[in-house]
Amino acid sequence: MNHYTLWHALIGGILIGLASLLATVLSGKIPGISGVFGRLLVAATPDKAWRAVFLFGLIGGAALSFALWQSAGLFRPMRPLVVMAIAGLLVGFGTRLGGGCTSGHGVCGVGMGAKDSIAATLIFIVTAMMIVFIYNRVVL
Amino acid sequence: MKAGKMILFFVAGGLFGTGLAISGMTDPARVIGFLDLFGAWDPALLFVMAGAVGVYGLGMLMLRRMKNRDLKLPSPTPSPIDRQLIVGSAIFGVGWGLGGFCPGPALANLGALRVEALLFVPAMAIGMFLAQRFFGAD
Repeated sequence: MNHYTLWHALIGGILIGLASLLATVLSGKIPGISGVFGRLLVAATPDKAWRAVFLFGLIGGAALSFALWQSAGLFRPMRPLVVMAIAGLLVGFGTRLGGGCTSGHGVCGVGMGAKDSIAATLIFIVTAMMIVFIYNRVVL
Repeated sequence: MKAGKMILFFVAGGLFGTGLAISGMTDPARVIGFLDLFGAWDPALLFVMAGAVGVYGLGMLMLRRMKNRDLKLPSPTPSPIDRQLIVGSAIFGVGWGLGGFCPGPALANLGALRVEALLFVPAMAIGMFLAQRFFGAD
């Protein structure tokens, strides 16, 4: 488990798919991370408990994996902290406005063949590629 | 809600976080490596998506075929591709490309108390709050 291969990527992806499936059956909703988290910030959300529990589980599962496997714990920061803060603001605003992130649109929506999610996923991947091109080749 | 169900939600979250960490998606260099088509391109994110989309798509297909009335599944009807979806997804893409974090990996990195995540997550919460409060995002 300590040498990263594309098998790790595939197996990790399968786990993400299974987790999303389980959370869908349990909640009756599409469990995209941005929606699960974002709705915790709305006072009127009636089902806050499972959202919080699910996200604590996510953080706990990641913490355990970081500790258990060297390849999982690999973290290579790429950007200055001020850029990370701006990126966070944009990711939060954009995912809620666009109705989903890499999990809600990218995994669940695309998995169900939903046209809106396929469009959203293409848009955020292409936009992100353009920004990385600009940042890596023009800014730096 | 029953305690048993809450335990299962915790397990689902735990599996999600484990998947993110094993897949290497919590490492911003790997995510940006995928997004950087003109650099040393890293295909890992494509394999993660293939595994996740495949399992979820197949699983949902099987669950819908079961036609179990006790099973409450989300509506398969997609939302319209409107301006909110297009503009929102593009803004998300800008943030994703800038930081190499999307919401899941950012939260997962709280599990290692990484300063990038400790900054990114509160900023993300502010962004979400603004979209929901002032732009009618739901």
